[in-house]
Amino acid sequence: MRQFFDEMYSSPSDVRSHYGDFQGWLGQQSPQLIEQKRAEAELIFRRVGITFAVTGDNEGNERLIPFDIIPRIICAAEWKQLKAGLIQRVTALNLFLHDIYHEQHILKTGLIPPEQILNNDQYRKKMQGVDVTLSVYAHIAGVDIVRAGEGEFYVLEDNLRVPSGVSYMLENRKMMMRLFPDLFARHRIAPVAHYPDLLLDTLRCSAPKGRDNPTVVVMTPGMYNSAYFEHAFLAQQMGVILVQGSDLFVDNDIVFMRTTRGPKRVDVIYRRIDDDYLDPLEFRSDSTLGVPGLFSAYRKGNVSLANAIGTGVADDKSIYPYVPDMIRFYLSEEPILNNVPTYQCRKKDDLAYTLEHLAELVVKEVHGAGGYGMLVGPAASKAEIEHFRQRVIARPEGYIAQPTLALSACPTYVEQGIAPRHIDLRPFVLSGKTVMMVPGGLTRVALKEGSLVVNSSQGGGTKDTWILEK
Amino acid sequence: MLSSTADHLYWMARYTERAENTARMLDVNLENSLMPQDDNTVEQGWLAQLRISELEQHFFKKYDAPTQHNVINFMVMDADNLSSIASCLQAARENARAVRGSLTTEVWETKNLTWLMLQRHLKAGLHKTNPGEFFEWVKFRSHLSRGVTIGTMLQDESLNFIRLGTFLERADNTARILDVKFLAARNDDGSEISGEAEFYYWAALLRSVSGFEIYRKVYRDVITPDRVAELLMLQANMPRSLMACVKGVVLNLAEVRSDASAETEKFARNLYQELESTSIDAILKFGLHAYLVRYLENINELGMRLSNAFLVPMAVA
Repeated sequence: MRQFFDEMYSSPSDVRSHYGDFQGWLGQQSPQLIEQKRAEAELIFRRVGITFAVTGDNEGNERLIPFDIIPRIICAAEWKQLKAGLIQRVTALNLFLHDIYHEQHILKTGLIPPEQILNNDQYRKKMQGVDVTLSVYAHIAGVDIVRAGEGEFYVLEDNLRVPSGVSYMLENRKMMMRLFPDLFARHRIAPVAHYPDLLLDTLRCSAPKGRDNPTVVVMTPGMYNSAYFEHAFLAQQMGVILVQGSDLFVDNDIVFMRTTRGPKRVDVIYRRIDDDYLDPLEFRSDSTLGVPGLFSAYRKGNVSLANAIGTGVADDKSIYPYVPDMIRFYLSEEPILNNVPTYQCRKKDDLAYTLEHLAELVVKEVHGAGGYGMLVGPAASKAEIEHFRQRVIARPEGYIAQPTLALSACPTYVEQGIAPRHIDLRPFVLSGKTVMMVPGGLTRVALKEGSLVVNSSQGGGTKDTWILEK
Repeated sequence: MLSSTADHLYWMARYTERAENTARMLDVNLENSLMPQDDNTVEQGWLAQLRISELEQHFFKKYDAPTQHNVINFMVMDADNLSSIASCLQAARENARAVRGSLTTEVWETKNLTWLMLQRHLKAGLHKTNPGEFFEWVKFRSHLSRGVTIGTMLQDESLNFIRLGTFLERADNTARILDVKFLAARNDDGSEISGEAEFYYWAALLRSVSGFEIYRKVYRDVITPDRVAELLMLQANMPRSLMACVKGVVLNLAEVRSDASAETEKFARNLYQELESTSIDAILKFGLHAYLVRYLENINELGMRLSNAFLVPMAVA
């Protein structure tokens, strides 16, 4: 019996209409051809170097994120709904961040308990009263969405700090076009390749006032970072310079980079480094990745950071339950996308419920990320559940719990052939003068049978994501 | 461009060039070792390879005898040897990876694929079963890499720093080969080699720098040591000669001129003018070895100055 929504089939014998052409095509392909194409894809990914460095491996082994050649297809009507919902949500989150770091209206009305914000590790007191260009904080958001049923989408996480994965969205598309050009002739698939253009546009319009032809850079922690490929890729695609902290310095509250022709002023930094590491004078003093004096230059409005410092307070799992209220509060609209019902273990009743229903719930660490520090009740052993119970009891404020959603599944190549595997979707939402996105996102797939964890650090793979134009 | 980027580009090129030159030297010595000769002479030949790169001491810490097997192992795949072909190709790839955004896709993929293929070759033991083919492969990948670089890169500073790395490394390597080969050009009893042996000896040196056919074209005459030296040092249109390399440095330096580079440029120009105004007779009179030692010091100094003026300043050793 099927307990989850299958993206391709409405019943074992019925193909959903937007998958009709693809399924027909797939049926005509020989297994040998598919096998050959999969091998070709792997070879190309290795040659291009779209790989993960595996920490502590000196043999030069670099891992690929498995790429599945069966696309995840979303029909035009559903994308329209998703897009409207994403724009609404990210708009509200940016208004929330501005409010929190200025007048704090939302706290005064009592909609969110002030201590929830002010005592949150991710709330940056130093940002209080700091004005940022266009009042945009989360320039780039990578919102994780899952589907439970027809037209039924849930936001799992908002990812407003340094979301990654967009390079895979772009490379997966390039790969599919290269492997199966005929498929693109048969379908009207909305293009995504202009993402770097939109990103550059977003970054440029975020420059400090009066910097008309701003110098934009991408800042990476370095080549051993697991997302380094993406940092270099985006810099190259935008035609801007990729810097590390050691390439920058601050003089008189102005940020410069060291070039072969002397110092050159920097206006916008698309930083792929967490707040904590940005400036050793203001945050973690042991950080060698950052730039001393950067925060002071930032506060003076002499340089823009994307994303802004302090966005973590809006995507924290303990704040997540309030996002629908934020949408109502700031926009006077009803949320288009659902929030997953969330039990906040810091609340007595919620804690009691959680502890009673551990075997059915997904329990997450409030500050966890990457699929670590998380319990999937239905998939966990008794011992694992008991172990987690002790952790939650010891520090209830550190956990939230959610019902285990029946994530939708998409047919995927696995060792035994084609089988449904659970997926999610991370569209990338850009906020500058307007809120924009390319039609699509990164579809991640949990390759293990029954698994709901799609993170690449936990053995997840990716698929190309097609938004059909009709 | 960023100083750190220029630095990576420069070292990427240096390591690529170094791997090629090492393969060239080893390849020629491999061919030489097939000539009728006693075992001791063969080992002397391999020992000379280590001397060229000043790696004798390092080698004998790990190996007892300079046999073909040991020297090839040390110079091809030993990870402890930072000048081994594997270390160089890895460093070239790491440097490329650090600045892949400043390279064309083609250049990056060439460096990356070279490195990936290297892992396969080493695993399969190609350098042991068929070292000649392995060295050919290294040379070919270097040719490819250079061609892709010149054929696809925008002719801007990035390319200038890559070319600077190539020329400076080659300026060093050619001088080293020449120096060691001249010092070693004696029989066991100390007498100068002569006759047939002499021909094969110098022909091998020429081939190691792709200079055999060029020599024939330029001189149309028998091979003599002083002409070999002249060709490799002062022949301006011989792409691996000292003259051509230093000229390449001077021209590329002028392209990237900055407020802080006047002294470095002057230093390079002086080096060039010195080569231009001298003759092989004068050099031999001065003493080839002494001349090359001084020249190598100057090349080293030029590298330091270049780093300090444009790149990430080198730590004083």
